[in-house]
Amino acid sequence: MEQKLLTKHIPGMDPMNIQAYLDVEGYQSFFKAFKTQPLDIIGDIEKSKLRGRGGAAFPVHIKMMSMAKQKETTRYIICNADEGEPGNFKDRYLMENNPHQLLEGMLIAAYATRANKGYIYIRGEFDTPIKIMHEAIRQAKAHGLLGTNIQGSGFDFDLEIRSGAGSYVCGEEFALIESIEGKSGRTRVKPPFPTDVGLFGKPTLINNVETFSNLPWILAMGGEAFASIGTESSTGTKLVSVSGNVKHPGVYEVPFGVPIRDVIDTLGGGTQNAQKIGMVQLSGASGPIIPEYMLDLTIDFDRFEDFDSKTGAGAIIVMDDQKDMFNILKRISDFFEHESCGKCTPCREGNVHMSKLLNKFLQSDATEKDLMNLESLSRVMHQTSLCGLGQSAPTAVLSTLKYFRDTYFDRIEHPQEGGLA
Amino acid sequence: MLESILSKYPKEQDMLIEILLDVQNQKTDQYLSEAEIEQIASYLSLPTAHVSSAVSFYTFFSTQRRGEHVIQVCKDVPCYLNDSDNLVDTIQKQLGIGMHETTEDGMFTLEPTSCLGICDGAPAMRIGEHTYTKLNKDRVTALLAEYRGKR
Repeated sequence: MEQKLLTKHIPGMDPMNIQAYLDVEGYQSFFKAFKTQPLDIIGDIEKSKLRGRGGAAFPVHIKMMSMAKQKETTRYIICNADEGEPGNFKDRYLMENNPHQLLEGMLIAAYATRANKGYIYIRGEFDTPIKIMHEAIRQAKAHGLLGTNIQGSGFDFDLEIRSGAGSYVCGEEFALIESIEGKSGRTRVKPPFPTDVGLFGKPTLINNVETFSNLPWILAMGGEAFASIGTESSTGTKLVSVSGNVKHPGVYEVPFGVPIRDVIDTLGGGTQNAQKIGMVQLSGASGPIIPEYMLDLTIDFDRFEDFDSKTGAGAIIVMDDQKDMFNILKRISDFFEHESCGKCTPCREGNVHMSKLLNKFLQSDATEKDLMNLESLSRVMHQTSLCGLGQSAPTAVLSTLKYFRDTYFDRIEHPQEGGLA
Repeated sequence: MLESILSKYPKEQDMLIEILLDVQNQKTDQYLSEAEIEQIASYLSLPTAHVSSAVSFYTFFSTQRRGEHVIQVCKDVPCYLNDSDNLVDTIQKQLGIGMHETTEDGMFTLEPTSCLGICDGAPAMRIGEHTYTKLNKDRVTALLAEYRGKR
């Protein structure tokens, strides 16, 4: 079931030694890029139909083309390594195990869009990835793969690492840009989009670790061959973070189109202690919670649009049937309440009230009116928040209102003795 | 000490977060004082309010004295599903402190944290710049003893 591209050389390759990457034809795609016209590289990526792996699933070539067409010559590339979505740890895995694959992907993107400066924004909690990426950059510079006139091509590219400081919203592209600029991480109103007005007011291409790590493979095998992996709408492979009540939590690379159930049972080893699955949350805290009977759903970007959720299927959090739904929802809501940047009202205030309403259910103190309020509040937050954080914060509630509605009524009609703490 | 840290950085606003992290990490009481915030602001020619705003925005920064070792225990769902509540209980009992409190000897401060991005090792926590995974009562007890022994 697994199909390994990005993780092909993991484990076994020493991430602290660039030679280990060069030995498996590392940086060959970058050298190939030098012999190709930048617009042809973007054309190949268009053929690959690669979509962003950070959650929004936006076609990568559109962003790249928008950047390539800018008149402004100062342009930036940013790698979003602020992987803060609960239940996701595949970017950490990629950075810790194959840092040069990411650097090569960034170099290809920079060359194709004529950017000369790049940043990798890594969340502050990722102590080990930060150390490994620093070392990878040092070695790449020593090998003449970064800096001025790289390999005699006339192309200059310099790369810096910037650390986050404990803020989930900085994974949102404009909050991330603000953070690199030395400000509080609060989003901006779009448009203009970052490829028009991004970091320091200049055109900026932002992609996540997994997205950049795909580029060497696309150039190596060609866009059409890459597009033959996966499904029509979602090409290539997906690194899936499996966690929760499973026997073998971990990162697994599968082609798009694999059923979620197979990933849980075959790769995750099923539930711990052979409990039944009660709920599964997809994508992370911002994703939908679905019941066991829906697990035949396949991993595919467009399948998830059914949930009106922009996030992908990068995470599978398995919960056994002993877990109280309201305890889970309250934790998710507390998370968003803490992480809201406070700029827009629906998110700042909405998350506070969502926590309060969920606490009433948790304490067996909720009425039907609370249920109606929770539902309308969720819709308002989803429809009117400024950025993805507020828009997706109510996804867990909205999905449980759809698939576990009886559980809400059950709690209203049959309060638990003394409430469930 | 602050001056020698600052002198490593170019006087550019985009160095702010890196500077704040560096300064706080080198202090045994793990916080940023008003005087330090003012000095950093002056070094980067920024209004003090700009720096204070960033300090209050990011969870890593504190304006209150903390212990030498800040313990951050993940409170999110994947860790909760693997019994992180029990982990918090154990630490609180062992150290005799609650959340956001510091031990009397100034060794430890206990804090909750959002997901550490290491859910395959749930339940997880971070002490200073080290992450610890697959924790249970025995491992946490041993770890705390190890940290105490270092002093």
